[in-house]
Amino acid sequence: MVLGGDEPTGSLVRPYAVTRGRTRPQLEIALEALVETTARGRSGQFLGGREQKVIVDLCGGRLQSLAEIAARMEVPLGVARVLVADMAADGLLAVHEPTGFDADGGDGSVGTELLERVLSGLRRL
Amino acid sequence: MNSPADTSRVTSAKIVIAGGFGVGKTTLVGSVSEITPLTTEAIMTSASEGVDDNNLVPDKATTTVAMDFGRITIDQDLILYLFGTPGQTRFWFMWDELVRGAIGAIVLVDTRRLADCFSVIDFFEHRKLPYLVAVNCFDGKQLHEIQDIRDALQISQDVPVMYTDARNRESTKQVLIKLVEYVLSMRRTRTVGVH
Repeated sequence: MVLGGDEPTGSLVRPYAVTRGRTRPQLEIALEALVETTARGRSGQFLGGREQKVIVDLCGGRLQSLAEIAARMEVPLGVARVLVADMAADGLLAVHEPTGFDADGGDGSVGTELLERVLSGLRRL
Repeated sequence: MNSPADTSRVTSAKIVIAGGFGVGKTTLVGSVSEITPLTTEAIMTSASEGVDDNNLVPDKATTTVAMDFGRITIDQDLILYLFGTPGQTRFWFMWDELVRGAIGAIVLVDTRRLADCFSVIDFFEHRKLPYLVAVNCFDGKQLHEIQDIRDALQISQDVPVMYTDARNRESTKQVLIKLVEYVLSMRRTRTVGVH
């Protein structure tokens, strides 16, 4: 956990202890899925623990991917996924799954348009 | 204030950066990322061949696989992530998650250790993930001809192969642009050819 003060650091607890042993999330969330704190999350009234507070603060500013949440909290990806999925189910977070580029997935034009946006964005860098 | 409708079009994309250990993946990510590259870890059991079996029992976890990644904000509502893959190709479990939905991959190559990327290229070809080969020129030295590298890697003429300097932002930017252009051209060809 990245928490200041006198919190212990390092892996003194088993990683999945914060999920009460659950390893399977309520919903699959991509590595790059973007997470955003909702108004309900921001209100702070419904938070169920220290980890939830950290995530709500982390995603209350700019959007953060699942990978960023895991990295910044220093928890394994699977743990972050369970925590975020639970909070999304409680309406504390909104999860924006990637649109995807799969041309065979039906509407290939969406992927192409997105690629073109990525390309022009890279050229502007 | 922020109704869900305001952000309903928010989305993200990712590009995979692959290559052998120490070839400069994290350097490449760091050269264009707006954040200092972050590391995330996935825990997996020793017996994780079953890709569909996500039901890991934490007490049996024996390995953590670390990967480094960076971020580029393309637009307010579109963020691109660059994920450096774990060098060890035995962690297929992680790779599957990494490549799912990716735009494509950059295989970063050190010509002194070309064999390091054989299995990576095999994997991308098997998964039909578009990739290009970027030859990292340490100290700016181009020791091999592009065609020689192409021959050694046994890749088709369509796959772009280019020199790069992973430390250089502009150079990395050109590699990323080339990959996205390549993916777009492949899509157009496919659309014309199939439909």
